Amino acid sequence: MATEENKNGAAGSGPQSESQQGWVYLPLIAGWLVPGGGHFLLRKWGRGALLAAAILGMFVLGLAMQGKVYSGAHDILDLLGLIGDLGNGLPYLISRFLGIGADQVLVTTADYGTRFIVVAGLLNVIAAVDAHNLRTGRKS
Amino acid sequence: MGNPIFQPSHFAAVVLFALFVSTVFGITMRETPRRMIRYGIYCFVLFVASAIGLSWVMYLIAR
Repeated sequence: MATEENKNGAAGSGPQSESQQGWVYLPLIAGWLVPGGGHFLLRKWGRGALLAAAILGMFVLGLAMQGKVYSGAHDILDLLGLIGDLGNGLPYLISRFLGIGADQVLVTTADYGTRFIVVAGLLNVIAAVDAHNLRTGRKS
Repeated sequence: MGNPIFQPSHFAAVVLFALFVSTVFGITMRETPRRMIRYGIYCFVLFVASAIGLSWVMYLIAR
């Protein structure tokens, strides 16, 4: 059960810190759109930078391995891949807009790359939820 | 479409995967920096060790 302190943020019983102000879902959405963005909003610079490096690194290496970027769902596996890819937020949308990424898996490394891109999206969702938990005070 | 820019071996891909995932797990699953680092290293070792262990199992099954 959320206590009043948790509702007010992690700062404790004092006045809300600057990072705890604003719309409660903003870090969640910012974290989804930009990897590490939610943590940057909350002034968790180190954590945000590491998360951004890990998630963007994984996404970029996936593209460099000619990983497939899912654009539609023809069966259940495609649908799951698309959901994972969408977790990347803006990097996914930019890669779709610029036509970066393979349409089909043609080489072995492309298979690894496809998994890298999907897992980067899933990790980004975890990071965004973590930013939301920091914002609500569920985590310090 | 040409060859991929980056063509790691299967093991290199596993190590990179473990590194990135362990980093995110460490940061998001623990609260203090010290515990984050310890948990990240723990996840990394488990990922790599289980990949090597499963590889040996598959090798022995295939023989």
